[in-house]
Amino acid sequence: MIAAAGVPLNAITGVAVVLAWVPAVRAALVSLQRAWAGAVLGRAVPARAPGLRVPAWLAINAVVGPALLMAMAAVVNTVGVIFSLQPAVNSPSVTFALSLALLTLSALALAVAALMGLAEARLAELLLGGGGSLAQRVRELTASRAAAVDARAAELRRIERDLHDGAQARLIAVRMNLGLARSAGDPEQARALIEEAWESAGQALTDLRDLVRGIHPPVLADRGLTGAIEAAALLCPIPVATDLVLTGRPEPPVESALYFAAVEAMSNVTKHSRATRAWVRVRHTGDGLRLVVGDDGHGGADPAAGSGLRGIAERLSAFDGTLTVQSPPGGPTILTMELPCA
Amino acid sequence: MRVVIAEDLALLRDGLIRLLSAHGFEVVKAVDNGPMLLTALVEQTPDVAVIDVRLPPTFTDEGLRTALEARRRWPGLPVLILSQYVEQLYARELLSDRSGGIGYLLKDRIGDVAEFVDSVRRVAGGGTAMDAEVISQLLTRRSRDEPLAELTIREREVLALMAEGLSNLAIATRFGVTDKAIGKHTNNIFAKLGLPPSDDHNRRVMAVLAYLQAGPVSPDPSW
Repeated sequence: MIAAAGVPLNAITGVAVVLAWVPAVRAALVSLQRAWAGAVLGRAVPARAPGLRVPAWLAINAVVGPALLMAMAAVVNTVGVIFSLQPAVNSPSVTFALSLALLTLSALALAVAALMGLAEARLAELLLGGGGSLAQRVRELTASRAAAVDARAAELRRIERDLHDGAQARLIAVRMNLGLARSAGDPEQARALIEEAWESAGQALTDLRDLVRGIHPPVLADRGLTGAIEAAALLCPIPVATDLVLTGRPEPPVESALYFAAVEAMSNVTKHSRATRAWVRVRHTGDGLRLVVGDDGHGGADPAAGSGLRGIAERLSAFDGTLTVQSPPGGPTILTMELPCA
Repeated sequence: MRVVIAEDLALLRDGLIRLLSAHGFEVVKAVDNGPMLLTALVEQTPDVAVIDVRLPPTFTDEGLRTALEARRRWPGLPVLILSQYVEQLYARELLSDRSGGIGYLLKDRIGDVAEFVDSVRRVAGGGTAMDAEVISQLLTRRSRDEPLAELTIREREVLALMAEGLSNLAIATRFGVTDKAIGKHTNNIFAKLGLPPSDDHNRRVMAVLAYLQAGPVSPDPSW
């Protein structure tokens, strides 16, 4: 029956394809179709990365949809014709024959509809489903691993540069000044050089501290994800309510990915949202962790526009995690980050 | 003045012993891990303990936890926590019992010997020594808040030093003015922030820190 419902659904979809250049409409069409196909086939039809298949599916529907509409109209029309027949002889056998014709037509229409629905569902699975095939999964994993390796390499380059231009350079200055002081004849001059060396050493410490915080914040090692998020919330200029419930500690890389995601999300709130308050929530889900960051700002956060949200998504994808952004214009903004098997 | 030191890096431990001994402190015990620190505090009952936040065996915030535990057992036990970084969360925990005798400083500050020694003495005397970094983070975070935004630049400077735990006299020396002038500033600050006036210096420092830490009214989460 649900398969048969696909015929009107596909008919409507086919007509709505006209509006598919609006991304929101396209996304709604695709996700509706995917959900329906999943229900018909009795197995989930997971989302796939955007490619050429969605446009192909839309094109097919643009033809099939109106055709289905016409077919339905034709069936209704035939029923109407049968009803409006004025037989010359009005006998029970004629009524019986016409009723039989109506029933047969209806049964035939239903059967065809069910078959059509099944075919449409298969087509939707084929073109809109992503995770089904192993090859597809391997492609996804390869891509996310490459992104993770790239990110790691970039991170190492940044650390090397920071050390080179920061602490290392400062220590060279310290040694230079102390060397000069050692050979200085004038005590006043020696004193000034030592003073300079003392300043440089202090700067080197500051540089190293900032660097360490960026690699792995000590508070994360000390207090785990909940403590570290709590600590980050205390630095946020707007009030952040925290509701963090975790039993045990996730694997360190997972902890780190979620921590930096949370910090990035909070810094986005501060920088862009004009929010007056925000909240962070962490919970275990069935097979993973969910981190939600919300604010009462003006919304309109777009993962495609800023590097911040894209960075979060990339960080999470290395662990098969996902970022969902709900941020209608006018707000509020809710970022949901999910990581499996933590 | 009797002091217990807890620091796991020998280089820094020896440096601290040398530095404090040279300034009239008696280092009664120097340990390199959390459990031994607790024992030392029980056996030596020092006038002040100088503790590295990160200690073995866990190499996490063992030093801080031990200090908090010791202060739960002996309220007001003077402890000065040293760290390579400052964390508002830890400052909050250290100050939460509001009983004074608390210090929380970056290790960098040891390099400023006179000031560092002064901080140790202040903590031993039941006073406060909060790192300038802790205070500047608090002030930055609350810079948009109403009463704070109304302070003059000088009043903000005085407020910051006061929150670090400095006495009016010490602040006056820094600015090269009389402590009476500083007293006037502090009265103005208390009036503008709506804090109850008090003659007790430590209590005033605690009031200022509590004010800065409280932040805007707690949000009402909308979930």
